[in-house]
Amino acid sequence: MATGIRTESEAVGLATRSTRGEVGGWRDQPVLLRLVSIALFAGIWEIAGRIPVSFAFPTFSATFTAFIGLIADGSLPLAYVSTLQPLLLGIVLSAFLGVGLGTLCGLWRTGEWLLIPVFIVLQAAPVAAFIPMVTFVYGIGMTAKTLAVMILALPVIVLNTYKAVRNVNESLVVMCRSFLGTRWQVVTQIVLPDASPVIFAGLRLGVAAGFVGVVLAELLITPTGIGDLITFHRSRADYAEMYATIASIIALSTLTLIVLQWIEVRVFRPETRGA
Amino acid sequence: MRAAVLRKEPSSMPAPIDPIVEVRGISKSYGSTEALRGIDLDFPRGKLSSLLGPSGCGKTTLLKIIAGLIKANAGSIAVDGKVVTAPGPERAFVFQDFALMPWATALRNVAFGLELRGKARAEREEIARHYIAEVGLAGFEDKYPHQLSGGMRQRVGLARALSVDADVLLLDEPFSAVDEQNRRKFQEDLIRLRSNQNKTFIFVTHSIEEAVYISDRIVLLSPRPGRVSQIIEPEIDRSGDPDLIHRDKHYLDTVQEIWQGLKQYAE
Ligand SMILES: Nc1ncnc2c1ncn2[C@@H]1O[C@H](COP(=O)(O)OP(=O)(O)OP(=O)(O)O)[C@@H](O)[C@H]1O
Ligand SMILES: [Mg+2]
Repeated sequence: MATGIRTESEAVGLATRSTRGEVGGWRDQPVLLRLVSIALFAGIWEIAGRIPVSFAFPTFSATFTAFIGLIADGSLPLAYVSTLQPLLLGIVLSAFLGVGLGTLCGLWRTGEWLLIPVFIVLQAAPVAAFIPMVTFVYGIGMTAKTLAVMILALPVIVLNTYKAVRNVNESLVVMCRSFLGTRWQVVTQIVLPDASPVIFAGLRLGVAAGFVGVVLAELLITPTGIGDLITFHRSRADYAEMYATIASIIALSTLTLIVLQWIEVRVFRPETRGA
Repeated sequence: MRAAVLRKEPSSMPAPIDPIVEVRGISKSYGSTEALRGIDLDFPRGKLSSLLGPSGCGKTTLLKIIAGLIKANAGSIAVDGKVVTAPGPERAFVFQDFALMPWATALRNVAFGLELRGKARAEREEIARHYIAEVGLAGFEDKYPHQLSGGMRQRVGLARALSVDADVLLLDEPFSAVDEQNRRKFQEDLIRLRSNQNKTFIFVTHSIEEAVYISDRIVLLSPRPGRVSQIIEPEIDRSGDPDLIHRDKHYLDTVQEIWQGLKQYAE
């Protein structure tokens, strides 16, 4: 059964591993490269908006102006206050719970038998369909939104952690035991650091899924926050404002993922830094 | 617990003066595969003993049983007269695949055994630095394993085993993943270490030449199920130029003698 589990992280984990350590001239300038890539994207957007692709598709410049306007009139910051609370809570809970449960399942057979099938089903299911159900049970408040985030984020975090812990480098575990490591030391000093690249791949996917969860919840059930802002501007045909809101949440999600990667390299896998 | 001393029964083996590790009646099977059968062995204190035998005869298994990493089906292991069943501070292991933590620097890897024992950071790093220098890796303390060559990685593994100050060092084919030049250099270092560290080395190898070159005592194991087939004590003077040993008549004769004994198992 275990071999039947394939999470997206497998691909992600492999990709990060194979590119790691490669050196090439232009690759040594990641900041420059990213700026060029963003500029290129903005340029294409601008052109597409001017053609125009669709009357509902604003140019980059109009969207950017709208973005400044949304910040200035306070509606965007206000929406984020309401969106970020359940998002942050849901992600932090999912991260700790997910890594904890995944580790437990990886180390303990009974836990594996009890929990892993549940998470496999959850991951395979179109869980967005559960979100209206959550509202039905928990209303439209903070709890419902937090749960929506967790339903989407938790399975991938649990499954990745579980898989990483199961595939821990056995020879390092034996080494730790031979140097008198306790069971606890084996887990904290060997298993978790060894599993951390795959765990973090899961966390990145989990965080991205969490963003999906909170926006879905706001679009589908609790008209507040960013989701509500998107709906509101769409209903008024303020397409520039709508796109600015959407782009802002995408940017925030990307930024969060970059920060997460930075933490990973910094704290857990220093050997991959600048390798 | 001194009372638990196991006395050596009279046998045809050359009698060691002062055994530090005593192997008594060890048998081990993996399912239906019988790996070891009735091993009785003494390892003399302060000497370098080699386990030599054909592939799959149970050398690694025996070493890991001595280390307390694998449970035997029958028999017992005593170290310094005390029966042991789990890893202990008096034994340290050097792994064939190095078993270094890729996320830790050479310094932290070497100090890891002491870290697990809760020794303060400054103290354990001082000890680790000493042994890093001892194995010839001074200046590489802050490198990560992937920045080191195979030979250097195994030196880190050796320094880690030395730094916990165990009396018995267990080495499982430590040079098998190392190139020939490094291997030679390493063998010379081991001879030097063994004469100035006052430790007991138990060394697994495939190579007859290597075993004769570095060992005070060679235990020949028969093919599976592994049994002790012969014990040889090459009397080679290792105080002089290491290169001369390879041309020493006694060295060459011993290599030949062992080869004659093992030849029957080849094929
Ligand atoms: N975990 C295991 N499960 C099943 N069989 C095993 C296991 N470990 C070893 N064996 C078997 O036990 C026998 C002895 O293995 P061992 O690794 O001790 O041999 P070895 O003398 O170290 O061999 P080599 O020289 O190739 O390293 C082999 O036939 C091997 O296939
Ligand atoms: Mg072996």
